[in-house]
Amino acid sequence: MKSVRHGGIDCDVHPALPGMAALLPYLDPYWQEQVTVRGIDGLDLSSFPTQMDAHGRADWREAGHKPGSSLELLRRDALDGFGSQLAICNPLYGVLAIYNEHFAAAVARAMNDWITAEWLDREPRLRASITVAAQNAEHAVDEIERRAGDQRFVQVLLLSQDDVPLGNRRYWPIYAAAARHGLTIGVHAGSTYRHAITSNGWPSYYLEDYAAHAQGFQSNLLSLVHEGVFAKFPSLKVVFIESGFTWLPTFMWRANKTWRGVRAEVPWVDRPPSDIIRDHVRFTLQPTDAPPTGADMERVLNQIGSDDMLLFSTDYPHWQFDGDNVWPAGFSDTLKQRVLVDNPRNAYPRLKEALS
Amino acid sequence: MARHIVADAGEIPPGGRKLVTIRGREIGVFNQNGDYFALLNRCPHQGAELCKGTLIGLATSTGPGNFELTRHGEMLKCPWHGWEYDIRTGQSWCDPNDIKARAYPVTVEHGATLVKGPFVAETFQVEIEQDYVVIEV
Ligand code: FES
Repeated sequence: MKSVRHGGIDCDVHPALPGMAALLPYLDPYWQEQVTVRGIDGLDLSSFPTQMDAHGRADWREAGHKPGSSLELLRRDALDGFGSQLAICNPLYGVLAIYNEHFAAAVARAMNDWITAEWLDREPRLRASITVAAQNAEHAVDEIERRAGDQRFVQVLLLSQDDVPLGNRRYWPIYAAAARHGLTIGVHAGSTYRHAITSNGWPSYYLEDYAAHAQGFQSNLLSLVHEGVFAKFPSLKVVFIESGFTWLPTFMWRANKTWRGVRAEVPWVDRPPSDIIRDHVRFTLQPTDAPPTGADMERVLNQIGSDDMLLFSTDYPHWQFDGDNVWPAGFSDTLKQRVLVDNPRNAYPRLKEALS
Repeated sequence: MARHIVADAGEIPPGGRKLVTIRGREIGVFNQNGDYFALLNRCPHQGAELCKGTLIGLATSTGPGNFELTRHGEMLKCPWHGWEYDIRTGQSWCDPNDIKARAYPVTVEHGATLVKGPFVAETFQVEIEQDYVVIEV
């Protein structure tokens, strides 16, 4: 495993909930009965159909099980496989897409109990994102307060395509709670499918849905900056998970150019959007939309203009690369070291203690 | 550097402007409540006729949702892409150190001083008892 560098922090692994049955022990009797009597059997997000090859690498699958549902395999393939000292669990389940906000809050709470008992308590190298029901910020804040005492929760997880762009004030109580507790905001690719998944309406094919994810992230990036989230919460870091990052240079150029002409509309944005993005927003490594050559990648990294923004990730068990080729061509050893350890440490204030 | 008389003092009303051509250069002269400023009529971005832009105030904020407007009429908004320039200095708001419109010193002087020279007044008959707007170019 020559390309593996040990001691990194894997900022995106996906333990999978096997199904609602696994959550029953963590739901209170009312919701246990609702789930059982109503036959609510699965809330997997449509964004990630598990039977698709891309959502479970063949050599990381176990026959008859959802990819990512085994701690043993995650230990072997993700933690040991890449020599990571820590990995951050981002369980993807349809909590954010449930219309009944009370049920959503109950499932979020159960998810966090489940990940604590069945993953964090059993593997000291694991950290996790807090699952929240962002449908109602009050519910989400309650859940953040409930978990904040456990330093193994390092992030609050949101989806990239929710009802409104993420700069909306509806989310601010969540950001305030995160800032208060030194939690990072993680935005994972995925849609609640309550509105068209592209800004032009519904596409016909899965391919379009998947490739258009960058659009959703880009809208969120503009929204977070221009609604003033970072002006309001100057300590807040936001991690875009599975957004890709090679689109950043041209997008930031466009944002800066537009800002120069119409910045009076948002006078709290008192420096170029790219500066704010570089200070506050981070991007996970995988999947990388890599250009054809390492030299091209070096140029893109140079245009991004900061060595602080990328965070190591395998996206386990999703299939983004083969073997242990987690590093796209064009990353220097110095940059790899930053991406593996320094950048995650700075993006997640709660990791500092574990790493000191 | 030569001093050029470009207007009678009463000619440009407060908030008004006059475009003049000095040695082939178009320059906008602005009267901001009795203070005069002059900028080259060429935006450092892509060369628009900057001095034909709208005069606006400076929008600032103490935080999201807070809007303040100060320095009324002291910012010039380029007619092409809307970049804002400080008419006092020519500095752009978005990149004040690197993007600047060329600014020229302007004074208001008595005809009595001016007749002692040296100055250039191609189109002006200088009267001793009058005030004039003078640019150094
Ligand atoms: S030419 Fe003036 S802003 Fe572009």
